Amino acid sequence: MQGLNPSLLLLRHNKPLLDSCYILLERHRLDQALPPTELRLEVALQLLRQAGVAEPAGVPGSPAWLQGLVDALVDLSSRDPMTGLANRRSFEVALAREIDRVARSGEAALLLVMDIDHFKRVNDTWGHAAGDGVIKAVSGALLECVRPMDLVARTGGEEFAIVLPNCPAAFGETVAERVRRRVEHMPITVAPRQHIQVTVSIGGAYAPQWVRSTTHLWIERADQQLYRAKAQGRNLVSLEPTAVSLVSTEEKRLLFETSQFLDFE
Amino acid sequence: MSLPEPHITAITSGKGGVGKTFIAANLAAALARQGRRVLVLDADLGLANLDVVLNLFPKITLHDVFSGKAVLADAILPAPGGFHVLLAGSGMVEYSRMTPEVREQLQKVIDEVAPQFDHVLLDTGAGISDVVLYTVSLAHEVLIVATPEPTSLTDAYATIKVLATTQGRRVVKLVVNQARRPGEGRTVRQQLQQVLDRYVSPTLDTPVRLDLLGELPSDPAVREAVIKRQLLLEHMPGTPAAIGLVSLATKMIDG
Repeated sequence: MQGLNPSLLLLRHNKPLLDSCYILLERHRLDQALPPTELRLEVALQLLRQAGVAEPAGVPGSPAWLQGLVDALVDLSSRDPMTGLANRRSFEVALAREIDRVARSGEAALLLVMDIDHFKRVNDTWGHAAGDGVIKAVSGALLECVRPMDLVARTGGEEFAIVLPNCPAAFGETVAERVRRRVEHMPITVAPRQHIQVTVSIGGAYAPQWVRSTTHLWIERADQQLYRAKAQGRNLVSLEPTAVSLVSTEEKRLLFETSQFLDFE
Repeated sequence: MSLPEPHITAITSGKGGVGKTFIAANLAAALARQGRRVLVLDADLGLANLDVVLNLFPKITLHDVFSGKAVLADAILPAPGGFHVLLAGSGMVEYSRMTPEVREQLQKVIDEVAPQFDHVLLDTGAGISDVVLYTVSLAHEVLIVATPEPTSLTDAYATIKVLATTQGRRVVKLVVNQARRPGEGRTVRQQLQQVLDRYVSPTLDTPVRLDLLGELPSDPAVREAVIKRQLLLEHMPGTPAAIGLVSLATKMIDG
């Protein structure tokens, strides 16, 4: 699984190409008179069994079976095993795809990064199993706060990220606040009849519209806001300002007060 | 850089797609026609498209100057319309964020070219990203382009607000593009000024003033020129928008 090339993620959407890869691989195997184990199929199947994934359907060794196997491996390699959320790798793939989209469409896309405040204390006080429980509970809360099209990822120990495509600048704060409050008000069971509450600090930045930026820069900008939220006392949301977020409702009202704008209504 | 009059002008807009680059190119041509030496610097580093508007295929760009592959003098190219351009070129992705190095290089380039021209127009990106704000900070005067649409106005207002509060700008010039009737530019200016007076100026030591440099009427010839990648001023000089651009240039020279 270590060696699973990210380009397989692309192959996954191109069945003819994938099939020809299998044919080439198989030819190569026959040419070299290698035993089937050279394809490390056994290892792959073992990984899947361990993860509780059913063996692919179809005749073992057939293209359909191999496709199922690769799909399962791709899925496995893009998820965080503990929470089932997207892992860091697939998060970065999704982020790169979003940058491509935003550069072409000019749509607003928001990246939120967050971590659990004082997580070490949870671990130290209640043990690592409780810590894992907290991470799973927070993961669940994040998933409940966003749309199906959004990607929620666990990017590190107690660190999470959400990629929100097509999220207008006016709504960013609302979404981030919803996440923050949801976590804050969620009791988590850490021991029999023992509930605790945790909070998250959230930083966010919009993808620069019409610009082909990089995942690295986008993450960096969101991270800077996360540091701000932490520095200002935690359990806070800090989004990089946008033009829209700088103009209050009162200012907008006065700006469009006169009748000349009525034909836009 | 102690010239008698402000001669580095940043052309910016709150919102993209309001005609910023089109105006920069044609305003440069109008200024050149009145005998001025003009340079347009493609300062929209992340998504440069001055070359597209002018139908140029530059071999040497600002990117080459930044990366040390070319000297500045070779990157200054003559453009149709009798002015010069300094194009950003592709490969500027790494400059879509304002690092201290980019900052220094941009400052150096501008310091070096400014004495050779009567007007340097900085065609900046849209919005209030740090690249745009930094580029604007290098200019003597700021020209905001807005259309009379609510989103464009909101974003223009936000930009003026940021420039007034973070850069100490007290005078900002406005061009209203795609005006649907004569005098709409004046109405738009008044509207913006009214909100600035109420919500921004009270927080400042001296009030911020918005000057209307002019309005350009909504004109189908503009679209035609853009599609053909031609300068409106050269190919359709008698059209209402072209006449508007000439009067913008005159007003800019007269101050």
